[in-house]
Amino acid sequence: MAPSAATHRAEETPQTADPLVSIEGLSVDFDTPRGTIHALRDISLEVPKGKVLGLVGESGCGKSTLAYSMIGLLAENAKVAGGAIRMSGQDLAHLGPKAWRDLRGRRISMIFQDPMTSLNPVTTIGKQMIDIQYREPGSRAEKRARAIEFLEQVQLPDAAAKLDVYPHQLSGGMRQRVCIAMALLTRPDLLIADEPTTALDATLEMQIVTLLRELQEKFGCSVLFVSHHLGTVAELCDEVAVMYAGEVVERGAVREVFHTPRHPYTQALFDCDPARFRQATRQLPTIPGTLPDLRQPPAGCAFRARCTKAFARCAAEHPPLYTAGPGQVARCHLNDPAEDAA
Amino acid sequence: MSLLEVTDLRIRYARQGRLKAALRRESHDFEAVCGVSFKLEPGQTLGLVGESGSGKSTIARTLIGLKKSSGGSIRFDGAEISDASSGDWARLRREMSMMWQDPVGSLSPRLTVKSLVTEPLRINGLAAGRAEAERLLGLVGLPAEFAARYPHQLSGGQARRVGVARALALDPKLLIADEPTAGLDMSVQGEVLNLLAEVQARSGVAIVIITHNLNLVRHVTDQMAIMYLGRFVEQGPTEQVFAHPRHPYTKALLAANPEPDPEARQERVALSGEVPNPVNRPSGCDFHPRCPWARGACAAREPGWTEEDDRGHRCLFPL
Repeated sequence: MAPSAATHRAEETPQTADPLVSIEGLSVDFDTPRGTIHALRDISLEVPKGKVLGLVGESGCGKSTLAYSMIGLLAENAKVAGGAIRMSGQDLAHLGPKAWRDLRGRRISMIFQDPMTSLNPVTTIGKQMIDIQYREPGSRAEKRARAIEFLEQVQLPDAAAKLDVYPHQLSGGMRQRVCIAMALLTRPDLLIADEPTTALDATLEMQIVTLLRELQEKFGCSVLFVSHHLGTVAELCDEVAVMYAGEVVERGAVREVFHTPRHPYTQALFDCDPARFRQATRQLPTIPGTLPDLRQPPAGCAFRARCTKAFARCAAEHPPLYTAGPGQVARCHLNDPAEDAA
Repeated sequence: MSLLEVTDLRIRYARQGRLKAALRRESHDFEAVCGVSFKLEPGQTLGLVGESGSGKSTIARTLIGLKKSSGGSIRFDGAEISDASSGDWARLRREMSMMWQDPVGSLSPRLTVKSLVTEPLRINGLAAGRAEAERLLGLVGLPAEFAARYPHQLSGGQARRVGVARALALDPKLLIADEPTAGLDMSVQGEVLNLLAEVQARSGVAIVIITHNLNLVRHVTDQMAIMYLGRFVEQGPTEQVFAHPRHPYTKALLAANPEPDPEARQERVALSGEVPNPVNRPSGCDFHPRCPWARGACAAREPGWTEEDDRGHRCLFPL
């Protein structure tokens, strides 16, 4: 575990000047027959330029909603209740359909969880890869050459021949490589990867994570990597934001957050990961309780009911994001300097 | 006598494009599981580990009689069951039960939790009233008022508990759990595994856990077997296999399991390529095209099974 193992990573503190995207107080609601779900509440987050930001949390925490709101793919019943997503002078949270068409797939692109359902099953890989270049100038032959070039970038063997095959003829790992090639084809500034390795086997998962890292370094784009798998986040990301019940509860450099988590939820999440125990144990830790009802988010801290360290203030006062270390913030009153004094 | 004794089990599947295969005078089927042997004692847990297509779920389907084997023997509780009739199976399925992979999808959306957990009792003509439903829900730590709920009103973890209750309704001797934690959040995974361990400690049920998650295997199994392309490549007591893997594939699988520690980014045993198609096996060792340690002999000679004390492996040049 020598520190030198990680020397290739940038040393700056997170949230540096000039981020690519900055999310300011974003709130997203979903209208449902059973009431309004406040799925995202007051999210403030910056996607640094040329780095990988991990978004971690359990199902229902809002990480996919956040990712989808950054590429304008929120469901019909979603509405932005407040805040903004700023990227080079535009507010992505309040963008019309036409403006989104110029941006989506060009400056912002996405890789989805299941590579089979994100490719069209009835057209060849080549046709799909040429079709998505409809905005680019150049002849069909040039676009075809570009498609081959990007299939080579994702290390697909025999790339030229792959243009003529249909998605079902490729294995899951190859399909996900095709999806990555398609997402990078337009050289986007921001690549959103929503659990891109969840549908893959363990040995393929590592191949795809390594590939994403290499391509990110080569193209210099920013990556938002959504995952519930802490191991892959540790492997790939520079910075990480932990979400719980529609809020960012902690964020910072991966090394700081993973070594010294400052929010009890982050700590509990790490404790639950069986990969943390070197010794076999028959009794695995869990986080008792369930997520709060997001139709009526609790008044104080959202994690209070399940938190082992909760005290009176947690029920009364909603914690802000306290500075918890160099470049690290956590939404927990325990990080309030006033609590130490008391 | 072991509760379950599987010897040289072989399972074949028909392949696609049989007409084309016939014209080329190729075989119309292929072996998905070739020569697997293991034993399981009462109260013990065996983990079957492998990637998709390795044949682990096929073994589970055959153990519970949903797929016929093409060779070898399966002895359960002293009796051969690989050629059991459907009448025999009606009795056998009281003694072995299965937890399916998809926690919500394996529950009928039209039945209440009460009907779901007591269904095995009803099928076998046993009392299946309110008292039984409450007893079974209590067993898996669900409050009695859940009896009136429908599957869509359950969370993933709760649906999984209902699955466990169904599997335990008839007090089986053997429980087969296919990916018991797939699709569950980390904080809930532990709950389900702790529940299985607790049930096992109380009732002495033997468990076969089928999974690709090595972290899980380490904590809940006594024995583990690693499968690749329908064969066991390594088998032994879980602790020993983790401490000292002998087969390169085991080592690669262990390395492909990143720790949640950013400082641990290290040189890994990177496997190139993907799992070959079982219709078209590589020559020699199944794993040699992807093996970083492969030598000339690996392509030419098929490694046999080597027994060493209480473990074994299938490698010509074990680590």
